[in-house]
Amino acid sequence: MTTNTPSKVHVTTTINGQQHELLVPGYMSLLDTLRELIGLTGTKEGCLDGNCGACTVSIDGRIVDSCLVLGAEVDGKEVSTIEGMATPEGLHPLQQAFLEEAALQCGICTPGFLVAAKGLLDNEPSPSEGRIRHWLAGNLCRCTGYDKIVRAVQKASS
Amino acid sequence: MHPFAYVAPGTVDEAIAVLNEHGDRARPMAGGTDLLVKARANVWELDAVVDIKNIPELMNLSVGSDGLSIGAGVPCYEVYENSEIVADYPGIVDGASIIGGIQIQSRAGLGGNLCNAAPSGDGICPLIVYSAVARIASSSGIREVPVEDFCTGPSQTVLETGDLLVSIEVPKPAANSGAAYTRFIPRNEMDIAVAGVGVFVQLDSSGQNFESARIALASVGPTPILAATTGNSLAGKPVNDESIAAAASLARDAATPITDMRGTIEQRKQLVEVLTGRMIKQAVERARG
Repeated sequence: MTTNTPSKVHVTTTINGQQHELLVPGYMSLLDTLRELIGLTGTKEGCLDGNCGACTVSIDGRIVDSCLVLGAEVDGKEVSTIEGMATPEGLHPLQQAFLEEAALQCGICTPGFLVAAKGLLDNEPSPSEGRIRHWLAGNLCRCTGYDKIVRAVQKASS
Repeated sequence: MHPFAYVAPGTVDEAIAVLNEHGDRARPMAGGTDLLVKARANVWELDAVVDIKNIPELMNLSVGSDGLSIGAGVPCYEVYENSEIVADYPGIVDGASIIGGIQIQSRAGLGGNLCNAAPSGDGICPLIVYSAVARIASSSGIREVPVEDFCTGPSQTVLETGDLLVSIEVPKPAANSGAAYTRFIPRNEMDIAVAGVGVFVQLDSSGQNFESARIALASVGPTPILAATTGNSLAGKPVNDESIAAAASLARDAATPITDMRGTIEQRKQLVEVLTGRMIKQAVERARG
């Protein structure tokens, strides 16, 4: 049995509009690729098994748990993270609404909620409360009890 | 997690070659939502992960006059966002739209759900009741296995080393048929079924009598179960509360659950009876259009 470390994978990917060329170990998650290789630590590690949504990012406009994606898989794809939401001109409307509605306490789940909510509003600008709650079922928050988060998403929707 | 190599072949033959080379130390990966969890937990110690998403025929989703073909790597959202599938295969949409949350549905698909072979797999009962068939490739060619025979135990399937699920083929349902699947969970989303029931009914042209039915049960046995006797009991019966209640009672007998953290034997049998009645009624409603 070979004990050699498997070779790394050459990945060219766009992250928040910027192209990156990376050598990624085949077994490295997208979460670790973002945090450890690129230094984008806004995406948080929570449960590491797809239950909590803290590590939510979007790939080609679809939200995913980045702990359950390999970095090697995003070759040729466009990844968006929490760092891509605000602009030099100001916060994203969802971020502003989270502040105004006090939709966070400890904040560890917040980047995941924001990226997930953006994934909804980008495609459905005026979702119902039920639709928002269903969409965000894959994101867990242990502080707020969700009502403030849902209100913030409603406030940011048109 | 044991360090593994990432391989993304473009053809079935290349994928099978890698799987054969590594034996049980390689696994195909579709969405990875089960595989990466198991690899991280050291349930599987892998030397190679074979990403199947660059193989065109495994990513094919097509609705034709003879049926629906679901490539092994097609994620759930592609199934439930397809208006033709929603119209003609609503029972399959019922399953695909409750596997995990939105993030999981971007990646996970019915092929992976089937290969993962969880007794609770929400995608499996719908496939069983629609009489779906799994197309499996190996170095010796293609073979087909009915979905109800695919899972052989918890996390166990008919797949052997070097086998690759290519697609799931669902025959086109006849006129006057309908299907539905539901599960019971303590939350509204993102949970593992305490019990699940899928039903397919074929009514006669009047819509008043059952011609045939197929009923499958999840989370109440070592695999999703085809409750053949229960389904067959409806053949020739009129659609009414009495025939539906009798079938629901047979479904309760067909369930062989265990007591665990999610529910007791008694609760699960009760759930199967209640859900079977409801799903027969919903399938009938859909059959009548």
